[in-house]
Amino acid sequence: MTRYVLQRAAQAVALLALVSLVGYAIMNLAPGGPLAVYMHNPQVTPERIAILRHQLGFDRPWYARYVVWAGALLRGQWGDSYYTGRPVLAMIGERLPATLALMLSAFGLAIALAIPLGTFAATHKYSWGDTALSFGSFFAWAMPTFWFGLMLQLLFAVRWRLLPVAGMHEVGNASLPDLARHLVLPALVLGLGSIASWSRYLRSSLLDVLSQDYVRTARAKGLPEARVRRRHMLRNALIPIATLIGLDLHALVGGAVITESIFGWPGMGRLFLEALNNRDYPVQMAGLMMSAALLVAGNLMADLAYVALDPRIRYQ
Amino acid sequence: MMAARVWGRFRRHRAAVAGAVALALVMGGAALAPLLTPYNPAALDPDHALEAPTPRHPLGTDDLGRDELARLLYGGRVSLLVGMTAMLVGSAIGVTLGSLAGYLGGRVDAAVMRLVDLVLSFPAIFLLLILLNWTAGRAPVALMVGYLGLFGWTGLARIVRAEYLSLREREFVEAARAGGAGVRRVVFRHILPNAMAPILVQAAFAVGGAMLAEAALDFLGFGLPPEIPTWGNLMTQAESYLTSNPVLVIAPGAVVTLSVVAVFFIGDALRDALDVRAR
Repeated sequence: MTRYVLQRAAQAVALLALVSLVGYAIMNLAPGGPLAVYMHNPQVTPERIAILRHQLGFDRPWYARYVVWAGALLRGQWGDSYYTGRPVLAMIGERLPATLALMLSAFGLAIALAIPLGTFAATHKYSWGDTALSFGSFFAWAMPTFWFGLMLQLLFAVRWRLLPVAGMHEVGNASLPDLARHLVLPALVLGLGSIASWSRYLRSSLLDVLSQDYVRTARAKGLPEARVRRRHMLRNALIPIATLIGLDLHALVGGAVITESIFGWPGMGRLFLEALNNRDYPVQMAGLMMSAALLVAGNLMADLAYVALDPRIRYQ
Repeated sequence: MMAARVWGRFRRHRAAVAGAVALALVMGGAALAPLLTPYNPAALDPDHALEAPTPRHPLGTDDLGRDELARLLYGGRVSLLVGMTAMLVGSAIGVTLGSLAGYLGGRVDAAVMRLVDLVLSFPAIFLLLILLNWTAGRAPVALMVGYLGLFGWTGLARIVRAEYLSLREREFVEAARAGGAGVRRVVFRHILPNAMAPILVQAAFAVGGAMLAEAALDFLGFGLPPEIPTWGNLMTQAESYLTSNPVLVIAPGAVVTLSVVAVFFIGDALRDALDVRAR
């Protein structure tokens, strides 16, 4: 087990290195570059541009810059933003809590809704409710995320005035209930796809478990039905879901970029988009690396969860 | 005979039949746009900007006075085209790599599967956005199709590989090989037709996925150029008028949802009708 974890961790590090190299190359080989904005500005003399170019290392090939960047990163230095001049780490520190709050709420909401919905669909197979949930899932997957968000804004914020349109806090109000009110719509938008996939997956997983011998045994022992469902069926049916949840971080990370844009959420996703538009390479790299690290961690957790939850599986 | 049986089973899925009809209507609307609306989707008419729906403009006009229905119909051409062609590009890559991996096995298989794992563990959206900065944050249609295809072949490669792994052991493959057919002929002429069912199912879902991805990129400001009417661009440009003229946002989004749900229903019914899982 320890060897397996170490092996996977080594793979993860190699993967992160590869992502950083590919990302850095694509970013730096793009035509234009961070200094292009100054080219047509008469206030900035060619000499000044030459100095900037040297300071930022653009007079050297991209791979030389990459080595410098990677070396600094290994020492825990993320560099300074080209655009604001501030340390990248400080900029991320301001934005990360908002994104984490959003992702955790979406995640929690998805689990809280997917488990009862999936259980209901499985125990009421082919009923009216099951069919409705199946249709609902297809629509949830088919709606453009941002359109769903705009529709929620239109109904809940503009028409019915139940919830705030956008933002994270009312001005001068940093209380938790205020944050929660602002979180409802974004979390629902971000979590919708996961609610649909996890509940559908749980349904089929529960139906698989239903015909297992140990469920029949549990019933034959005379255990109450509720206990059979909770302890014997749901627990086992949730094992494959754990994997799915780990892999779904992909969707959650990507979805956060869109969700933050819809709701003006001051998180990492919008920071990354701003950095893209400003050709702010250090901030772009930071966003790329953090999303890659999150994905790698998610994949790893998915595999480990499988081992931890299912005693029938042992990695050598 | 076979086709009749498949059609019989497909027809039982009423949602899929409804989806096929809806999709046919949407595609017909896009194809016959000049017959359905007298307006040019790019014709500006600032005096009649942001009009509410009237018989003259059934879906109203946008902030520059362009007829929304015309933009929706002509935009469908782009959005549907991008979805379908991105699926074709992705399928071509996925089928080629997946079939070679499954048929040849060994090192080729290991290399392809490694590549699939690698692509899947890359933060695709972030890399795609960085890549889009090569063309100043917007991609022309052909490039967008290429990008979406490049990031959307992995699922199909896995499925095709698994299919080939089992098909290559069958007698008809041995017979073809004994008859002197080369690798290319065996892989594409003999095995591929027998592996079409899961490919078709996956392709249906890929069309929907590509359409959603393109619309999402439009929304982030990294999609097709803003002057091209796509469903994603229509919604994005109308976002500021969500309260004053909501139909401008509601209509394109509803059409996207309808189209994508239609291809999903069709894919789901095909899975059943072609008996993909059971084999």
